[in-house]
Amino acid sequence: MSEPGYKPTELLICSAARLMTDNTTVFVGTGIPMLAAALAQKMHAPSLMTIFEFGGTGAILDDLPIAVGGRRTFHRALAAAGICDVIEAAQRGCVEYGFLGGAQIDPFGNLNSTVIGDHDHPKVRLPGSGGANDVGSQCWRTIAIMRHGTQRFVPKVDFLTTPGYLDGPGAREAAGLPAGTGPYRVVTDLAILGYHPESRRMMLVATQPGVSVEQVEENTGFELAPAETVEQAAPPTPEELRLLRDEIDRDRLYI
Amino acid sequence: MEILESGLGPMLQPPDLDAFREWNRSKPKALLDKRMSEREAIQRFVQDGDYLGTELYGSVRAPMSLVRELIRQGRKGLRVAGQSVLEIDLLLGASMVTATDFTYIGLELYGVSNVLRREVEGGNLQQVVEWSNAGLAWRFKAAAMGVPFLPMRSMLGTDTFNYSAAKVVECPFTGKPIGLVPALILDVGLIHVHRADKHGNAQIDGISGFAYEMSRACRRLILSAEEIVDTDVIRAAPDRTIIPYYLVDAVVEAPFGSHPGEMCYLYERDEPGIKEWVEASKTPEGTRQYLDRYVYGPADHAAYLEVIGQTRLTELQAMVPGRGG
Repeated sequence: MSEPGYKPTELLICSAARLMTDNTTVFVGTGIPMLAAALAQKMHAPSLMTIFEFGGTGAILDDLPIAVGGRRTFHRALAAAGICDVIEAAQRGCVEYGFLGGAQIDPFGNLNSTVIGDHDHPKVRLPGSGGANDVGSQCWRTIAIMRHGTQRFVPKVDFLTTPGYLDGPGAREAAGLPAGTGPYRVVTDLAILGYHPESRRMMLVATQPGVSVEQVEENTGFELAPAETVEQAAPPTPEELRLLRDEIDRDRLYI
Repeated sequence: MEILESGLGPMLQPPDLDAFREWNRSKPKALLDKRMSEREAIQRFVQDGDYLGTELYGSVRAPMSLVRELIRQGRKGLRVAGQSVLEIDLLLGASMVTATDFTYIGLELYGVSNVLRREVEGGNLQQVVEWSNAGLAWRFKAAAMGVPFLPMRSMLGTDTFNYSAAKVVECPFTGKPIGLVPALILDVGLIHVHRADKHGNAQIDGISGFAYEMSRACRRLILSAEEIVDTDVIRAAPDRTIIPYYLVDAVVEAPFGSHPGEMCYLYERDEPGIKEWVEASKTPEGTRQYLDRYVYGPADHAAYLEVIGQTRLTELQAMVPGRGG
């Protein structure tokens, strides 16, 4: 593969930004999701309403937030409330998109950010659910952002921190999770993935520029559900990269 | 209500609402002068084995001067509500925590907490009971409401539930499964605010995090404030009061009390200061050296601020938008 002219992180941000639609609400954590939200606001979704976990709603993302409770998460915002207010809004169905990450993801989009190994005697103790489980439970559609690899895309997560489709169709509703919610997309450096409408298993939607279907399969630790068509995602445009580099992350905190 | 499922985690702090009512009845309702130093507040109100909570978290409006004093004095076998970046990290670095109701302890953009890894993987921190962020906040909210539990639709179907002390019941109204989180009543809470009067009436600028809920879920509550104001300031804008005085046991004046974290509209986070802990905490020796320099070394918060230096503190103030030169 020849030098693409952008970094993997920039590709992840642009891919995630394109998934968001204008005049919707999105639950944002720090890092790539926030850059993606800022980019979407400057491209096609000027009225994308950002919501941060500790209460910031509708911030203007002039300066990149560093902490999910930091003052930049409510910079010129419409409301500065608290954690209960925003997660209860999601529980009432007010929040469309939510972003998630994790150390592991399985075929049903379940995520692990708690431990590698056994819970009580872990090999690696990770930072835990935080708001991830709430976002994965309450938002209508969740988008996971991950680096692709067989250690991350595993048949079974060591610890199920955040619900995807659990063990298959109907499992979320049977467990009592809000009806009609669940994983929507997985954005990686190799592909955009979705979920088969019947089996609820992960399937390819598009490969990233210059990436083959075989490469995606080799880097996925389980079999993907068959997809009828697999598109080629468009590379980041010069305008997207300019906004990202010159306006959104001027200080190169993340890219 | 039929119990459909129970989390396997231990109940670290079983809720006793009637005892909480009696406790709250016995707390003074007079407008007393509760001002005191960090040293006196920790001495009087934090005991070995206490169940402790802090708010907001880590790098943002965190009660760092109180946490540093707690480490200075030392307490054994603390149990904590684990929603934190730097503050519980320091307690873990001093090996003072033996159990936690856990939702997030990490270093945000700097990744996984080094001391959490050492304490859990090495077996010092043995009881880690898992919750979601809202799950834990709703536990405070239940205690704040004076009821034993709240229903919620988070955590269902996951290991986060399996390793919690939550329950799933059949909802008596809809017949569907619904999660229940138990009220969490803290022995002691530490909260840092923008301003308070000497009685403990407190106001917070910017997002309120979970201060409203947690302040009402404490048996003892120690407030630190950037500024102690006259009660007339409170009375001029009572709609701004998030924590009323009768919840509060101690009021500590602590300018830069959240350092190296930020305090919105007053000072920015001290990025090199935070990175120093991130680097130091990678090894036990580095952790010890950091604690010696910034916690055990300075006798109190004023001495800590001298170590940081007025030049740096003024810079952090000037970095706030609209306050710079």
